[in-house]
Amino acid sequence: MTTNTKNLQSAIKNRSEIEKSLDRGFIWLTRIFALAIAATLLWITIQVAIGAWPAIQQFGAGFLAQSSWNPVNNEYGVLPQVYGTLVSSFIGLLLAVPIGVGTAVLLSENFLPSKVRLVLVFLVELLAAIPSVVYGIWGIFVLVPIVTNLGKWLHSSLGFLPIFGTTPTGPGMLPAGIILAIMTLPIITAISRDALISIPPSLRQASIGLGATRWETIFQVLIPAAFSGIVSAVMLALGRAMGETMAVTMLIGNSNNISLSLLAPANTISSLLANQFSEASGLQVAALMYAALVLFVLTLIVNIFAELIVIRMKRI
Amino acid sequence: MTSSYSESSLTRAPMSKRTLFNTAMTVLAFICGILALLPLLAVLSYVIIQGFSSLSPSIFTELPPAPLRKGGGFGNAILGTILMVGIGAFISIPFGVLGAIYLTEFSSGKIARAIRFATNILSGVPSIIAGVFAYGIVVLTLVKLNLGSYSAIGGGFALSILMLPIIVRTTDEALQLVSQDLRQASVGLGATKFQTVTQVVLPAALPAIVTGTTLAIARAAGETAPLLFTALFSPFWPNSLFKPTASLAVLVYNFAITPFKNLQSLAWAASLILVLMVLITSIIARWATRQKA
Repeated sequence: MTTNTKNLQSAIKNRSEIEKSLDRGFIWLTRIFALAIAATLLWITIQVAIGAWPAIQQFGAGFLAQSSWNPVNNEYGVLPQVYGTLVSSFIGLLLAVPIGVGTAVLLSENFLPSKVRLVLVFLVELLAAIPSVVYGIWGIFVLVPIVTNLGKWLHSSLGFLPIFGTTPTGPGMLPAGIILAIMTLPIITAISRDALISIPPSLRQASIGLGATRWETIFQVLIPAAFSGIVSAVMLALGRAMGETMAVTMLIGNSNNISLSLLAPANTISSLLANQFSEASGLQVAALMYAALVLFVLTLIVNIFAELIVIRMKRI
Repeated sequence: MTSSYSESSLTRAPMSKRTLFNTAMTVLAFICGILALLPLLAVLSYVIIQGFSSLSPSIFTELPPAPLRKGGGFGNAILGTILMVGIGAFISIPFGVLGAIYLTEFSSGKIARAIRFATNILSGVPSIIAGVFAYGIVVLTLVKLNLGSYSAIGGGFALSILMLPIIVRTTDEALQLVSQDLRQASVGLGATKFQTVTQVVLPAALPAIVTGTTLAIARAAGETAPLLFTALFSPFWPNSLFKPTASLAVLVYNFAITPFKNLQSLAWAASLILVLMVLITSIIARWATRQKA
């Protein structure tokens, strides 16, 4: 038996050296390209850190606690922008999470015929594909006037609350938060829906069979089972909201002051970059690179967390 | 046994607390769905109405007008967008496709997992960071070499960073869907690995790869933030890859925040073109993957 095979093998023409090296070369080529993809992430980090180095030396960690941004005197601090990034993202998520998860439930359970569901899923995905600058121009001409009127009403009736403490002048934290809610909603819906769909049907059947209503099943069985998926959806949406630039830049008002009022203009790190980078020089470029590094690290942490949850979920 | 249960004991009393809660939540879920679709309809209808009313043939052939002049167009921005997305695709498609081939065809589980993880993280990198990165790599280098500064090359490079993870992921998924039998049959016939991949696996996965690449291109064409300080903007026709270059997305941003009516209406027309492009590619992609399944 073994000799037979050996004979056969020798009978088959040996693969030529060219073919072998072509094969080896091809594998190496793809390997290099694949490693380059991963290396890009490292390259971005190093490049941004190098650019930020003069500012890191000058300001150190105090950069995060300073709130002046004065290119004339070379004084830079990024506290109002960090505050604006976090608060605008938080408002966005506060609005988007309940609506997004509710929509995910609607599109994963059998409330609607499956054809209608497919169309709706596609429409929600389209929401994610619209360029952010288009949300920006729509926001300027449609959303801001509506929110300004709403804000005037809120200020006159609830003005004693610090969050409605200023008269709205147009752009501000609230319209920016609303646009972020619209833009992060598809991510939350899509990933939560995936998590809900992948729950084995036997769980649903068991719960219904025990006499639970549809919503008792959803709240006590399905949502707990899909919880890690929903959390990772929210984390990914948070990462997206913190990094979103154009729509926020066009709607937030770009004021480097911290105000508790949601109706007052504010700023985010990405808006700061969008507004100043092309006209910056000297230490200002380094300070902007430093701000970019802060944003990069923030989103990196959030995204890595979200990815780890997704991986863990897949293993179970 | 007879007194406590009615005949139809399997139906829940319509006015019990549990039933009412159930109905209320169902209504709430539908409201969520409507609230989720409302912005899409609002944005689409507004962009279509505003955009169509300012659309004209001159838009594709003329240059942006001076602020108070009537008419004009943004042919240079359309050309610039095509140019920069082309540069981005030229860099990211070979990297993405070859990298994904390594992931599905040749790698061990551990390395593949690490690279897929990095790809997903890369897709979460804010687009403005890609701009800062491209500024550091391309713009500053061009300044050092005295070749220029803000340019189409820089913009294209920034876009390639954003396209790369999308292309890797879609190619990776497409290759994984190719059935193992095909590979075995090919190897069994004596084909080398190179032949198997290029002549059997890739052709089988090609439609899905093309779909993914098209989606990446549509996404990149709408990106604004990374172009703001890599390509900047220009009111002239692009005549060199090393000079500031106009793009549709940056045009929308620049013109939307001006107080001039004519420039604003050009911004709406440009938004309409961007939205239509995304809509059409999404629908074609959806249709193409449907056909196959």
